[in-house]
Amino acid sequence: MGDGALSDWERSSTARVIPPARPRKLAKVPFVELADGRLQGVVSSGSDVGRVYVSSVAAGDYAFACSTNNNRPCGGARGSFCNHIRALVGEAVLQYGAERVARYLRVETAQEEPDASAVTTAMARTCPPQGDTGAAAPVFSRFLRHLAYLELAPTTAPLPEMHWFPPTRAVV
Amino acid sequence: MRADLLTEPVDGLDEVLAAVDAFDQALVAGLVRPQPGQAAALAGLAEAVAGTPLAARVAEAAEKTAAASAGEEHLTALAAARTALLGSVHDALTARLQEATGRARSAETVLTPGGQRTVNLLAAARSWLVDLARAGWRGIDHDVVSASAQVVSAMLPDPSLRRQAVLLDGFAAELAASCPGATLERVPVRRWADLWSRAMLLTLPGAADVPAAGTVTGRLLPLGVDVHEHATAVQAQVHAVLEPADGSASRLVRAAVAVPKPDTVVGAGLWQLLRPRTSLLAAVGEGRSMDLADMPVTAEGDLLWDDEYARPGEPAEAFATARVALPAAADPATAPLDRHPARIAVPVFLEGYTAQEEDGALTFTVAGHPLAVDTDRIPAAGPLTPEAVAASGACIGLLRWDAGAYRVQPLAVETTVRKKTVTLHAGGWAGGTADKAGVRAEKAATAAVAVLRERAGRLLRK
Repeated sequence: MGDGALSDWERSSTARVIPPARPRKLAKVPFVELADGRLQGVVSSGSDVGRVYVSSVAAGDYAFACSTNNNRPCGGARGSFCNHIRALVGEAVLQYGAERVARYLRVETAQEEPDASAVTTAMARTCPPQGDTGAAAPVFSRFLRHLAYLELAPTTAPLPEMHWFPPTRAVV
Repeated sequence: MRADLLTEPVDGLDEVLAAVDAFDQALVAGLVRPQPGQAAALAGLAEAVAGTPLAARVAEAAEKTAAASAGEEHLTALAAARTALLGSVHDALTARLQEATGRARSAETVLTPGGQRTVNLLAAARSWLVDLARAGWRGIDHDVVSASAQVVSAMLPDPSLRRQAVLLDGFAAELAASCPGATLERVPVRRWADLWSRAMLLTLPGAADVPAAGTVTGRLLPLGVDVHEHATAVQAQVHAVLEPADGSASRLVRAAVAVPKPDTVVGAGLWQLLRPRTSLLAAVGEGRSMDLADMPVTAEGDLLWDDEYARPGEPAEAFATARVALPAAADPATAPLDRHPARIAVPVFLEGYTAQEEDGALTFTVAGHPLAVDTDRIPAAGPLTPEAVAASGACIGLLRWDAGAYRVQPLAVETTVRKKTVTLHAGGWAGGTADKAGVRAEKAATAAVAVLRERAGRLLRK
């Protein structure tokens, strides 16, 4: 369209768009994602190995929800963030970095380089509303879909398209 | 290597890329109601392929699209035109590389079979891609993007659809992380147009099939490992010299292994997922050759690896292979759809250069000519580091081309530590490692996978 030359990044076939996930321990929070306008994920119950909590915080108004995979409400998530949600924010910060989490949730922190507790505190201070737990089922099924990736077998036919996905050492 | 050739302009390159860039910018705004500028870009694309067999179809597609009445077949034709243009760029860039390395190139023609397997899933994928093109990168939102999830989930378990699934999955994840498109600071214009056009063409039945064209028997001498990864897939591609047992000319081949993965499996965990499928990674890690007997190979020089046709051979140091065997090996031919600048990865051996670092960017001066070094592509889970590359005296790498310039991606370097020459490989941990940092990374990765498997065992099969 001739409206100005593209920058090197714009005309790179391998421009890095998403920074790679950082390694973290998965025992407490096996799944976390920034998706559908929410920070959402799955938190393992501390007392019952067969139970998990599906927790979420919405971007913008920080509406929060927490319930078990069998759709029982979490006792802790009344009026304010429960420990599951706090753990979720903590692990999201480990996986994505505090800056990306804060930007996605639209959290303004006083600190230049926020940490998990700064992000959580900034959200809690606004007295966020209780969200509905209707999203729990889709989040849980996304978690199962995520786990299902482990069941897929490696293949040795070449995947030429993967040349578009080089690793990166830099933080995007 | 004649590094001087890599800095000289390539005739016609700018003109072709200008047509591609204009089309790519039309995709930024979306094709649902094309503006005059976009119509001009579409016409420009058609004009650029006017002398080719695609001419009539692309001209019609450009016209229909500009009039906002494009169907799937028209958008497919536009994707084909863009792919053909970048194919010509690939050919010019590769011819230049051939001259620079002085190696021969296989004269084999790679045919695309064009199978009859019509799969509903491919049609579903195409319809999602059409929606994307209409919305444009500035128009994407969660609803448009998430429509791909079902298609990808259904494709992944079928190994014959792995190429499409892995591409769509990686592409959709980037789009999802960039929603809403309206507020994006900047758009990866060429990249997303690349991924979109490839995905469009891969939805044509048979386009992704890469059949075996024969078998090879002989000695395989690995040069290094190239790693590719996105959030939910990883591929390790070994570049090697094959010395056929029948005494015929040696040739460059590749052997890949790939697997989808949860996004939380990273670093050394990638090697752990790939290792069980191929004994080649262990051989590469140990610096061994492998003896192949009747290993299937495609016309493009990709071994379709099966451990049944391979056994570990004698030790073979990669730098000895690069110095002695590489110059005499012929480069493989390229399949039609793989003729794209981003797919260029030509093994090369460099020494006698000087390395300079400026603003975090490393450059080798080879025979008086600068060559950018892409240290960002070095995988984190390995002993090779940008610092080691900067201090190196010899390097095995892949010559690539991106954003208008050639660059070299290091696969391994020779460097001096306490007056002794040591070699460091990007794929040094492919088969496992005794390195302290490596052992720690392996342990962390094992624990992560164990947790996910435990969770899967408890929750998935209920």
